[in-house]
Amino acid sequence: MNKSLSASYLAFIYVILYLPILVLIVFSFNNSMFSGLWHGATLKWYRELFHDSGLQVIAIHSLIISFLASTVATFIGLLGAVALFKYQFFGKKLLNGVVFIMIVIPDLVLGIAFLILFHALNISLGFWTLLLAHITFCIPFVVVTILSRITGTDKNLFEAAKDLGANDFIVFSKIIVPMLIPGIVAAWLLSFTLSFDDVVISTFVSGPDFQILPLYIFSQVKLGVTPELNALCSVILLLTVVMALIAQMVLKKK
Amino acid sequence: MMSNRLFKIIAINIIFIWLAVLALLPFIMVVVASFLQQGDENLFNWHLTVINYTQLINPIFLHIFWRSLVVSVITTILCLALGYPFAYILAQLSEKLRLACLFLIIIPFWTSSLIRSYAIITILKTQGLLNQLLLTLHLIHQPLHILYTQYASQVGLVYSLLPFMVLPLYATLEKFDWRLVDAARDLGANRLRAFWQIVVPISAPGIIAGVMLVLLPAMTLFYIPEILGGAKSILLGNLIKNQFLEGQNWPLGSSISIVLTFFMALLIGVYWKFNKNKKQVLI
Repeated sequence: MNKSLSASYLAFIYVILYLPILVLIVFSFNNSMFSGLWHGATLKWYRELFHDSGLQVIAIHSLIISFLASTVATFIGLLGAVALFKYQFFGKKLLNGVVFIMIVIPDLVLGIAFLILFHALNISLGFWTLLLAHITFCIPFVVVTILSRITGTDKNLFEAAKDLGANDFIVFSKIIVPMLIPGIVAAWLLSFTLSFDDVVISTFVSGPDFQILPLYIFSQVKLGVTPELNALCSVILLLTVVMALIAQMVLKKK
Repeated sequence: MMSNRLFKIIAINIIFIWLAVLALLPFIMVVVASFLQQGDENLFNWHLTVINYTQLINPIFLHIFWRSLVVSVITTILCLALGYPFAYILAQLSEKLRLACLFLIIIPFWTSSLIRSYAIITILKTQGLLNQLLLTLHLIHQPLHILYTQYASQVGLVYSLLPFMVLPLYATLEKFDWRLVDAARDLGANRLRAFWQIVVPISAPGIIAGVMLVLLPAMTLFYIPEILGGAKSILLGNLIKNQFLEGQNWPLGSSISIVLTFFMALLIGVYWKFNKNKKQVLI
């Protein structure tokens, strides 16, 4: 195919993908409340953002939920991936099936399923329901990410360690985990961003006492575009881009 | 050894029990809920009924189903049309360039699609970039009112879901052996024929994976029509959400979700049929 045509097509798609984000970031520095025109640069909106104590509480809520959810999900998912790789057991196919279904099923269906479950168990919506739901929807992504790294490892290493007297706990902590560190870090980062950005599932499992950022943004977005909201979104974008960068770098290292 | 058995039991059971209680059980509960009656005082009345399904055969619901299907099929076709050439070109780049370009497509994949949908507003609004550009170029004399219409909602869906189409397509095309195309050309096929008869069939699993990752979210990402669309752009996702959070008719919301899940199962069936003996290309 014609080279310059190919290059301009790639450029066209990248412009489509990035232009809205760039405009959003540029206008977070705009020295005007409502205008779509440029009125000079200011850091006013970022200052307001960092002095908004209500918003700080919401941001801390989100960070706590995402940190805990990704950490627990990475732990459970790692053990699960090792189990799926190492052992044959009753229900292995079922486990594989549930992991697959959870990745392809729309978040909406997962969200209402959680809502019905928590209602049936009489758990009131808030911190715990959010945390449980977030851990659960992150687990399959952890399993898939780690499983794809684990299948490339040499099983003989585990056997050698066993012959030298190590039990499975030691093989796990001294051999499997160190070997899989890149996959584990990538899985944690992916879980963190999935949890941090989730709107759909959180809509169903959060209560009024424990607000989180995506739902706050959603409620604000309906009111229209403001430079302060642009600033908030820019900060979050920066955070996720840094996480994606680290994940790619970790995974590329051999 | 005792400790080895213990490790095996722990490793298997933690994830097994967790997903059984927090994934499998709630799925079953949705199925059960879809066969219950809406209660007056409680949310559910323990009488088995199929009314939640028969109720769906109703012009209002059928209309929303139909429109959701149309919108998500259009979204999927546009994503495929934009994404296939993109993945095709990407897969043929030199290694170094390819990694950089791939990273640029992974970033939107990681960033919040809520924030990306919000970003669209700045482009589409009446004094937004698009109107300013078109006015400056004298292509229009009055600003277009695109925001808060179903067109804006459509643009938002394509914009949000495009990376989900590109990545699985790229994953299959990356492994493609381009010598097959050379062979077809040597045997007399023209470019178009080589493309349709060699490249497309071999990349079918990627196409179907991409279609799956776009088609269903396009119906269910309720926040995109809510932010960008007008009152007329309500889709299946909004309908289900409203049954749970506003209408308080959980059994009806459950039955719509079950119909949606059946539709998904159908797609997975097609995916598996095309993907026999091949490794998963889903992310």
